[in-house]
Amino acid sequence: MNDISRLILVSFLFILTVSACSIPGAGSPTNSGGGEASTSVLRSGVDTDAGRRDTLTIYAAASLTEAFSDLGMKFEATNPGVKVEFSFAGSQVLRTQLEQGAKADIFASADHVNMDWLVSEDLIEVDSYQDFVTNHLVAILPPENPGGVQGLGDLARPGLMVVLADKSVPAGNYARQVLANLSDDTALGADYAAEVLRNVVSYETDVRQVVTKVELGEADAGIVYASDAVAAIGLITLDIPDKYNVTAQYPIAILASSHNPELARAFIEYVTSPEGIAIMSRWGFSPEQKP
Amino acid sequence: MNPSPRIFHRKKINDTPGWEFILPSLILVSLIGVPVLALIWRSVNLEFFNNALSNSAINALSLSILTSTVSVILSLLTGTPLAYIQAHWKFRGKALLDLLVDLPVVLPPSVAGIALLMAFGRQGLIGTWFDSIGISLPFTTLAVVMAQVFVSAPFLVRSARIGFTAIDPQLEEAAKVEGASNWHIFQHIMLPLASRALLTGIILTWTRALGEFGATLLFAGNLEGKTQTMPLAIYVGFEQGLGIALVLSVVLLAVSLGLLAVLRRLEVQGQH
Repeated sequence: MNDISRLILVSFLFILTVSACSIPGAGSPTNSGGGEASTSVLRSGVDTDAGRRDTLTIYAAASLTEAFSDLGMKFEATNPGVKVEFSFAGSQVLRTQLEQGAKADIFASADHVNMDWLVSEDLIEVDSYQDFVTNHLVAILPPENPGGVQGLGDLARPGLMVVLADKSVPAGNYARQVLANLSDDTALGADYAAEVLRNVVSYETDVRQVVTKVELGEADAGIVYASDAVAAIGLITLDIPDKYNVTAQYPIAILASSHNPELARAFIEYVTSPEGIAIMSRWGFSPEQKP
Repeated sequence: MNPSPRIFHRKKINDTPGWEFILPSLILVSLIGVPVLALIWRSVNLEFFNNALSNSAINALSLSILTSTVSVILSLLTGTPLAYIQAHWKFRGKALLDLLVDLPVVLPPSVAGIALLMAFGRQGLIGTWFDSIGISLPFTTLAVVMAQVFVSAPFLVRSARIGFTAIDPQLEEAAKVEGASNWHIFQHIMLPLASRALLTGIILTWTRALGEFGATLLFAGNLEGKTQTMPLAIYVGFEQGLGIALVLSVVLLAVSLGLLAVLRRLEVQGQH
């Protein structure tokens, strides 16, 4: 047994695996925020004159992945020489990273809790803090509907496999609220929330993992943002009546440590402009109701 | 793990290493050492035992112990015969088999998780068939064990293979002359002689199974008491209260250190 040749073979295989993973889209078929973030890092790596460019770093909730990537490209197109980089993950993960000193210019959160946390730690430019879009929840089913779900009531049927986001994730928190609200519906019954929670087979660590598990048909149903249902093609969507739904307000703000607050302000203005709102609406978000 | 039988025994050296050696070493040692110390420093407070005795912590701890133990037993029962075949017989496709078995060692765990889903998921290659007879593997404790065996069993196989290869073939030939069967030789000669290598393999497999995170998250999901092992509880708990995450981290640290110490002891004994 030749150990050296084995070592060479194994290392070769390792390099092969690593390089296969770094090809965008080839490594993972999942829709997670992490994958998106690494593509944007890859794009910046190709950039030859990065030193001469203004770079805007944006930390955004996983649910904003497609909408913000879209906005970012258009913002780059209208502002030559500007490079927008994203890090998409669960809002609570981003908040923890920012607390631990991660450098960024803008934070867009899926809830107020995580943003307010940063405000209390003086990490946010308070003047720039504003709500910019809203989102609401829907139930999603795999295209083949393996659980034979016909309506929201079926989510409580014993044996159905339901996936939710963890309660530490904003979407998971909202999902619990919606389930509690739905229990007020006499047609569903007061035990509705408890029955659905009993069917939960996994609490995923971000909302995109919920979408992936349903897309793969591993779960019979999941509860996610309306925008997630738009981003994932082919899923069956069950609407939740407004009366029982929650309105998730998305705040955006400039970070106190921003190296380029002017550019950051310009991006937020773009996001809240009619054009920006139109793009956000296309991805399933609703405009923030201005009082 | 170390196949090299030659060890140079040095005499006690009287001079000391110069700064050109010490400084770079110090950087690396503090990079590893400071976080470990910080972890212990932050977790040792009055709430330590409160957190340690919380339901989430105990659930994660017992699930991790259960699944990793089952994984090690399964790896041992299936990996030892496989390693014996690899060490003993020559056949077509052997090189390919060796590669396949070594693959999970270098594979990123997230790839392992997706691969498991593609195979055993409800719409996976084999999973559809399981599903049709009413068995659904993802999101079960069994899925946790499968993920752990996938990523950790190769450590046992590699270790055992090296152990079996190192045994003098003349012993086997002598036994064959005496009329011993293959099974007898395996049971009474090979197993005892390879026991140290097997033990090394068991420890490596155990630590790897205990630490499994990526494949479990993708293939088995995250549900307290059912699929939420210690590394998952640490990840999820990290965002809520740091307390439980810290306590579980310290527990994992202690267990890993303990297993590592046993491993070092085995290696030292093996050299004499």
